[in-house]
This record gives sequence, structure tokens and C-alpha cells, in this order.
Amino acid sequence: MRRLLLILAALTVTLSAAANDPVVPGDSLAVMPSEVEESQVDIPAIIFGHIGDDYEWHLLDTPWGPVVLHLPIIVHSKTSGWHCFSSGRLEHGESYEGFYIGENGKVMEATPEGEARPFDISITKNVLSLMLSSILIAVLILLSARWYRKHDVLHEAPTGLAALLEPLVMMVHTMARENIGEEKYQKYSPYLCTAFFFILINNFLGILPIFPGGANVTGNIAITLVLALFTFFTVNLFGNKHYYKEIFWPDVPAFLKPIMPVIEVFSAFVKPISLTIRLFANMLAGHIMILCMVCIIFVMAKFAPVLFGSMTAISVIFGLFLDLLECLVAFIQAYIFTMLSSIYIGLAHQKE
Amino acid sequence: MNLITPDTGLLFWMVIIFGLLFFILAKFGFPIITSMVEERNAAIDKSLKDAEEVEAMMVAAMKEHDEMIAEVRRAQSEILKEATEAKNTIIRKAREEARAESDKILSEARVQIAAEKESALRDIRKEVAILAVSVSEKILREQLSSEAARKEYLDRLIDEAGNISTDIRPEENVN
Repeated sequence: MRRLLLILAALTVTLSAAANDPVVPGDSLAVMPSEVEESQVDIPAIIFGHIGDDYEWHLLDTPWGPVVLHLPIIVHSKTSGWHCFSSGRLEHGESYEGFYIGENGKVMEATPEGEARPFDISITKNVLSLMLSSILIAVLILLSARWYRKHDVLHEAPTGLAALLEPLVMMVHTMARENIGEEKYQKYSPYLCTAFFFILINNFLGILPIFPGGANVTGNIAITLVLALFTFFTVNLFGNKHYYKEIFWPDVPAFLKPIMPVIEVFSAFVKPISLTIRLFANMLAGHIMILCMVCIIFVMAKFAPVLFGSMTAISVIFGLFLDLLECLVAFIQAYIFTMLSSIYIGLAHQKE
Repeated sequence: MNLITPDTGLLFWMVIIFGLLFFILAKFGFPIITSMVEERNAAIDKSLKDAEEVEAMMVAAMKEHDEMIAEVRRAQSEILKEATEAKNTIIRKAREEARAESDKILSEARVQIAAEKESALRDIRKEVAILAVSVSEKILREQLSSEAARKEYLDRLIDEAGNISTDIRPEENVN
């Protein structure tokens, strides 16, 4: 314990020294040089910069300038058709082929009628992160499946990757069996496994502060909405007769018969919304909390060294705590989403 | 507000990427893993059941074995007992026979001894009679060697003979 305190104290001193040094502003957090010069840290801008989507991937800042990965912009204009170009051309408010980045941070098109939003399917930071994480998941699972194909499972215990992933896969598989029932669960288990691993891996990558992590994928409402819609369609397209009877003609007293379908249909639509919001809000909140903890250091930089040092120590301790908490939340949210999906699917396959 | 309005571009890519990921993993990934693991679980269950059966069989076999040993032991002790009994009876019979034989021999010997004793007594009596006759002859010859003695003896004999005849007659009258 004493050794830990010593390390923290040393860390605090180093950090305060680094922050007081005007040449190296402790700005691994994309604090723009201009902001440091003004010694006024724009916390909301930093936080929203980290949790939001972007057309470029700000990797890190160096004394020679920021290292930025420019991503392709793909837009369809009503007047001039498809355009595809690097986001580097729109940096610093420049415009290219009539496109520029508007006040809301999106690509806008200057048209004779004024500002218009083109159909935008750019490869943004989140899309790239999505692609990378999906490739990672596919590689992990396919390599694991390859082990099973190459080995005789009856005579060998899985090793390496297969041994690592097997408990997780079987956890979801067993959950599917328990919630959906012996007859149909085989059909839905792959979807639940995919959703589980997708959420889990993206949650963990979101906690990683450096490339290829750091993008707030599962804390983005579009992602969680699509996931929830997959569950919604899985539930409602393959529901059995009993499920629909319960919605539209449930066994209730006659005076309730006209009301119940309204409530049931409403409930059917609320389920995916709750799934969307739960995952999105949890991950977003986690990211914001960690960022706030780290931002304390930069807010306190202009105060006296003692105050700054002690607050830095608090920030590091709480940041570490929140990071560990987020690791737990990453798993819990993936588990909850999968479990609720399996329960909803199970409800749609209930018999009497 | 930017945070809670889903972006169309991201929705589009998410549907495509997640759909593709789901397609690939549902076809080549998870079913292989889960089916293999389930196969293994079934095999493990089966082996456990088999092991239980084998154990039960072994227990039964052990029991049978023990029973057989116990039976053999019982048979062995019975045989031993019978053998001991047979031995005892044989010895007893032999003893009885021997005793009977010896009794028979003894009684025969007794009979023979008695017969021999009889004949010996008879012989002795004969000898004694002969001896008595010869002794009395010698005594008579000795007593009758003189003329006077011979005469006296004859007289006495004649007297005795007269006495005898008188004695006999009254007896005949009585009858």
C-alpha cells in the first residue's frame, strides 16, 4: 500500500511538471494548441469530440502537429450525383466540389437554394472502427471454429483461442436454450452469439484509448438502434400464432379486449427502444465519466501546484476505478442485451 | 441533440456490416463451435453413464466373486468335516472289530484252556487211581506176607461177609 502511494505521488509530480512545461502541454487528449495558449480548456468540446462521430480520426498530437487519419467522404448530391473524396480536403473550413463541413459538424452542400444535407454514407471514424472490430470478431470466431474443424473434439480439449472463446460462446448458447426452449434455440443462437460478441468487443475497444480503439461505437444511438431492430424483426417476423394471439386477442375480460392490443403493440415497439437506449446510454455515460475524470487534470492545470497535484492524484485514482468499472459494464451490457433479446425471442415462441 | 439523432450513414453501414458479420459467423462460425461442443458434451455424458454402468457391473461381478469364494469355503469346510467324520467312523469300526476279534480269540482260548484242564485233571485222577491201587497192593502184600496174618485176614473177611448177608436180609423183608 505504501509503495502504491509513493508511485502515485511520483506520478503526480511528474504530471504537474509536464503540465507546467509550456513546450509540452500534456495534451494527449487533443487539446488544441490554441486552447492551451488561452489556458481556457473547452471541456464540452473535448468530451463531445471524443464521444461523437467524425470524418477524420485524430490519432495523437505531437510537438510537430497532430497526427490525423483522413477518412473518405462518400456523398450523393441531388444535383451532381455521387462524390467521393478525402476528408482532408474539407479541413479548416475549406470547401471542395461545393461541399463543406457545416455548423453541426456534418458535410453540407452549397446549393442555389442555400445549405442542403446530401445523402451521406461516408466512412466516418465510427464506420471504420465498426469495420475493424467486425473484422477482429470474424477472425477470432473463425479461427476458433477452425480449431474445432481441424481437431477431434472427443479426444482433445480446446487450446488457445478456442479455449478462450468457448466459455463465452457456450454461455450465450446455454442462455438461448434456457430462454427460447429446446426446439427453436438452435436457429437463434448464432444471432445472439453475434450480437453478444459484437457488443462485447466494441465495448472493450471503446475503452481502449488508442487506435484502433477509442471510437465510441456502442455509445452511438445509430449502432444500438440497428442492433435493437435486428432483435425486433427477429422477434416479430418469426413469432408463432400464440404470440400474435396474445397481442391482438388476449384472454382478458371483454371490456379490456379493445385496449389490450393497443398496449401490447405499444409494448412490442417499446422493447427495441428500451434496448437501444439502455446500451447507448450506459456506454455513453461511461465514456463521459472517464473523460471528465481525465479532464480534471487539464482544468486544474492553472491552479497552484499543491491543489493541481492532489486533484491529479484523485483524477488518476478515480479514472482507474472508472476504467475498471467500464470493463465490468462492457460485459454486463453485452450480457443484458443478449439476455433480453433471447427472452423476447423466447416469448414469441411460447406455447400456450 | 446530435447524440440522440441516429446518423443515416452510420445506420446504413451498420446494417451492412452487422448483417455481413452475422451471415459469416452464422454460417461458418458459431454453429460449428456450438455443435462440436454439444457433441463433446453428449460424448462426456455418455462416457459418464457408461462408466457408471461398468462400475455397477464390476460391483456385481465382485459380489458374485465373493459369493463364489464363500460357497467354495463352505464346501471345503463341509468336505473336511465329512472327511473327519469318515476317519472317525473308520477308526471306531476298526476298533470295534479288533475288540470283537480279540474277545473271540480270548473266549476260544478260554474254552481250550478249560478242556485241557479237564483232560489234565482226568489224567491226574487216573494216575492217582493207578498209584493208589499199586500202593494198596504193596501194602496188602506187605501185611499178608506171614501165614498167621493171612489166616486172620481171611477170617475177618469171612466175618465181614457173614455180617453183610445178615444185614441184607431184613432189608429185603422190608421191601
